[in-house]
Amino acid sequence: MNFDPRYSNRSFSSVGTRPIRPDGVDKVTGRARYGADFNMAGQLVGRILRSPHAHAVIKKIDTSKAEKLAGVKAVITAKDLPDLTDGDAAMYDILDNCMARKKALYDGHAVAAVAAIDARTARQALKLIEVDYEVLPHVTDVDEAMKHHAPLINDAIFTEGLEEKPVKPSNVTKRTQYGHGDVHQGFAQADFVVERSFKTEQTHQGYIEPHACVASVNPDGTAELWVCTQGHFVYRQHCAQLLGMEASKLRVTSSEIGGGFGGKTHVWAEPVALALSRKAGRPVKLVMTREEVFRASGPTSATSIDVKIGAKKDGTITAAEATLRYSCGPYAGMWAEIGAMTAFACYKLENVKTVGYEVLVNRPKTAAYRAPSAPMAAFAVESAVDELAKEIGMDPVDFRIKNAAQEGTRASYGPVYGPIGIGPTLEAVKNHPHMKAPLGLNQGRGMACGFWFNFGGQTCTDLNIGMDGSVSLAVGTVDVGGSRASLSLVAAEELGIDYSHVKAIVADTSSLGYNDMTDGSRGTFSSSMATISAARNAIKVLRERAAQMWDIGVDDVAWEKGHAVAKGEKHGNLGKLSLKEIAAASGKTGGPIAGHSELVADGAGVSFATHICDIEVDPETGSTRVLRYTVVQDAGKAVHPTYVEGQYQGGAAQGIGWALNEEYIYGKDGRLQNPGFLDYRIPVCSDLPMIDTQILEIPNPNHPYGVRGVGETSIVPPLAAIANAVSNAVGVRMSHIPMSPPRILAALEAEREG
Amino acid sequence: MVEVTLWGSLGAAAGGQSKLDIEAKDIRELFRKLAEQYPALEPLIDRGIAVAIDGTIYRDTWSKELPEGAEIFLLPRLAGG
Amino acid sequence: MAGVAVSTTINGDHVEYLCQPDETLLEVLRDRLGLTGAKEGCGTGDCGACSVIVDNRLVCSCLVLGAEAEGRQIETIEGMAHGDQLHPLQQKFLEHAALQCGICTPGFLIAAKDLLAKNPSPTEEEIRFGLAGNLCRCTGYDKIVRAVQDAANVMKGA
Repeated sequence: MNFDPRYSNRSFSSVGTRPIRPDGVDKVTGRARYGADFNMAGQLVGRILRSPHAHAVIKKIDTSKAEKLAGVKAVITAKDLPDLTDGDAAMYDILDNCMARKKALYDGHAVAAVAAIDARTARQALKLIEVDYEVLPHVTDVDEAMKHHAPLINDAIFTEGLEEKPVKPSNVTKRTQYGHGDVHQGFAQADFVVERSFKTEQTHQGYIEPHACVASVNPDGTAELWVCTQGHFVYRQHCAQLLGMEASKLRVTSSEIGGGFGGKTHVWAEPVALALSRKAGRPVKLVMTREEVFRASGPTSATSIDVKIGAKKDGTITAAEATLRYSCGPYAGMWAEIGAMTAFACYKLENVKTVGYEVLVNRPKTAAYRAPSAPMAAFAVESAVDELAKEIGMDPVDFRIKNAAQEGTRASYGPVYGPIGIGPTLEAVKNHPHMKAPLGLNQGRGMACGFWFNFGGQTCTDLNIGMDGSVSLAVGTVDVGGSRASLSLVAAEELGIDYSHVKAIVADTSSLGYNDMTDGSRGTFSSSMATISAARNAIKVLRERAAQMWDIGVDDVAWEKGHAVAKGEKHGNLGKLSLKEIAAASGKTGGPIAGHSELVADGAGVSFATHICDIEVDPETGSTRVLRYTVVQDAGKAVHPTYVEGQYQGGAAQGIGWALNEEYIYGKDGRLQNPGFLDYRIPVCSDLPMIDTQILEIPNPNHPYGVRGVGETSIVPPLAAIANAVSNAVGVRMSHIPMSPPRILAALEAEREG
Repeated sequence: MVEVTLWGSLGAAAGGQSKLDIEAKDIRELFRKLAEQYPALEPLIDRGIAVAIDGTIYRDTWSKELPEGAEIFLLPRLAGG
Repeated sequence: MAGVAVSTTINGDHVEYLCQPDETLLEVLRDRLGLTGAKEGCGTGDCGACSVIVDNRLVCSCLVLGAEAEGRQIETIEGMAHGDQLHPLQQKFLEHAALQCGICTPGFLIAAKDLLAKNPSPTEEEIRFGLAGNLCRCTGYDKIVRAVQDAANVMKGA
C-alpha cells in the first residue's frame, strides 16, 4: 500500500542487462509444455462441428447417430450451453460465437461438438451429426455490408450513435466520432489537399500454436482448465459465467503460450471443452486444427477508409478528416472506433474529425490483433501524409516533424499529451544512416509513423523469499515473449540481489489474485510495477527482521544493495546483514518473508514509433523484396533490451506480411478459400532482411523506472512505410493492402494506361 | 472544479453536452455526480470507462485524485492485442 | 483397424510401438511416446514446428506415417542436448534470445542442426533459405539467423 509509482531518475544494475530467460532451457530442449502438451488420466478427445455456410438458420440438429457410435462419450449443441448471460450482450455474443444458437453466422461457426475416446472416433462422430440448415444470403465485404440491400446479419441491430434514431435495422452497429476544431474552415485555409480512399484486407494473428486446452469437470462441480491463453483469469471469469460455476471452483492454469498477439484474449473452444467434460464426466482435450484457427478464431478487421488532409504551402496541416469502416465479424465491436481514435494521433492538428462505422459481416468474430485497428488507420493516414508532402515539395520526414504532436498538443482523440516520443523518433530517423543509403533501380524508400495507447490494469504479484535467500516471483500476467526475464530483473534490481537468485513463474488462478490479460502491451509495464511494489513490501519486512536480529529500532535500518544496514553512529559497529542471512533466521524472527502487491497499474503512457524501409519492386511481375528495414521506437526504459528489440522486430515482420501478402480470401459462396499456411502465407526467413532497431528511452513519468509498454506499436507503421516505399520505387500510389504482385501489376498497368 | 469532456456516446447520454464543469476531488465523486445529474450515464460508467487526467489515461479507480483545474477526458475502455 | 508393429531408433534408443496405419509420426511421437517437443502448428507440412531428422534427412513429422519409421534412425529435439550439455545451437538460441514464445524453437533447432550438418559455413542467405520451411511469428527471424551464424562459428572452432 501507499505505493508511489512516479518515475525517479536512478542508475540501474540489473535493469537494462540482457540475461538468459528463466524459461529458456525448457524451450530449447522441448520440455516446455504448451496447450497441447498436457494430458490427464482418462482424457477424451474433443472435436467441433463447424458450419460450412456463411449464413444459415439452424433448423434442426440430430445427434442421435453420433451418440450411438461406439467410443463417443458426449455430444453437445447450444442446448448444453444454456444462456446464463442475464442480459449481458457482450457475454451473449461470446456464448453464441462459442456455439451457434439459432443461426450460423460465418463459415466455420461452431454448431455441435463431440468427445470420444480417440481422434478417429471423434472425427467419425462429427460426420454422423445431421444439421438441417436453411441457407441465407450472406455478405463478407465491409462496403457491401453497409449498403441498404445487403443481407441483414442481425435484425435486432439498429445503428447507435446517429443523430436520429434509425427505424430500420442495419449491419452498422455503431457510428462514433472524434476530433476538434472545424475541418471545413481548416480545408478552406489549405493550399494543398489530398483526398484518397483505401482498403485493407483481413489478416490473422497467425500464432504458430493453435488454440488448445484440457478441461476437467468433476462430479462435485469443481473444475480445472489447462489452456494457452493471454489471460487465464479472464478465461476463468468467462468460462465460469457461461457454465454457471463459481469462479473460485474453476482453476485455470495458463500453459506456455505459442503466440497470441491478441488472438488468445478471447475464449473460443474452452467453454465447449468444459461443457463436453461436464457431460461426459471425463477430462476432455480440445485442440483446434490450423484450418479451424483460420476459419473460426481471431482475424482482424477488413477496412475501407477515406482520408482527406489539407496543408499550407509552408507545410502546416490545416485540417484532417477520415471516415473509417471496419468489419467486426457477426458481433458488435469497437474496432472502427479505435481506428478513429488512433488515426491522427501522431499529429498536432487544429482541425480534425474522424468518423468510425462498425460493420457486421459473415466472417469470424474480429479479435484484437496487436495494436488493434491502428495499423489500417495509419496506413491510410500516413500514405496521404506522404502524398501531401510530395505535393508541397517537402521532405516527408521534415513535413512530419513540422506537424508532429508534442507535450501539450491536444490529441486527435481528445486529451492533451504529456511527454511523448513522436518528435524524437522522427529526429532519430532523420539522422539515421539508413535515410542516406543509396538506392538502385526500381528501389524505393518509405517511412511512416505509428501510435498506440498502451494499457495498464489490474495486477497482482507475490514475491516469496526462501530460507536460502533465493526469491520466487509469482506473477499473473501471461508471459508472451520474455516477461519472466524482465520481471526477474526488476525484482533483482529492487532487492539489490543478482538476477540468478530470482525465479519467476506465472501462477494459476487459484494461487494468485485476479489479473487482467496480457494485452495492450501491459505485461511488463503492469507486472513490473506490481513487482516493484511487492519487493518494496518485502524490503519492509526484511528491515523489520534485521532490526529484530540486531535488537534495534526498524527506523534505524536501511536497505542498500541487498543488505540491511544499521544507520547512525550508535550502530556503527553492526555492519551489514545480507538478504540471505536475514532469510536464514526468518524461522526465529516471525516466519516466512514475503512481499505482495495488488494494484491497478495506471498511466501506461502512449507509445510512438517511426519506421524506415527500402523496397525493390519488379515491374514485370509486381513482386516485391524488402531490402532494409529500421524500427525506431520509444520504450520509456528497456528492462531487457534484447526482448524489447524482439518486440520491435516481430511487430515489423507481422506488418510486412500484412502489407505484402497476407489476406483472407472468400469465395462467392462465403467460404474462406485459404485457411492454411500454404495459401495464407506469412513471411518466412528468406522473405526478410535483418530488422534494425533503435530503442529510445523517454521515461514514462508514471512508472518508477520509466517503463512504457513496447509490444504493439511496432506493427502500426509498416503497412504505410512499405506502401510509401513502393510508391517511391515505381511511382504508383498503392491504396489496397496487401500489395500482392497482382495488385501492384494492376496499379502499374493502370498508371501506364494513364 | 474540474472540466470534464465526454466522448461522443457519453455526451449523448448527458443531453448532448460534451463539456461539463464538476466539483469533484476524485474519480468516485466525479462518477457519483455525473450519475446524479445525468442518470443515463450510470450504465455506461458501470460498464467501465477510461479517465484521461491531464493527458494520461487511467482506469476507473475511485480513489484517483483529480487535481484542481485538471483537464478530464472520459474515453471508452479499449481492447488491446 | 489393426495396429502396425514398429521397431525403430529414436535419439539412439531402441523403441517399439503399435500404431494405426494412418497415424502420423508426429502423433506417435507426441501421443504414444510422450515426446511432445515436436509441435503441430499446421498438420500440412507448412510450418516446420514438427521437424525431426529421419536417417539424416530433415522432415516434417506430420507428413510421415508412424509406420514408416520402421528400421530408421530418428532424431528429435529431446535428443539434441548431451546430458546436461546443451548443443551449441541451443546455447546460442538462448544467448541471442532467438525465441519469444518458443513454440517454433524445437523445429528451428532441428532444421538448423540439419543445415549446419550439410553446410557448416552457411552465408546469411543460405541460412535464410535453409530455414525457410520453418515459420516463426514472433521474432522476425533476425535473432534466429544471428544465433545460427554464431553457433556455426562455435561449431567450426570446436
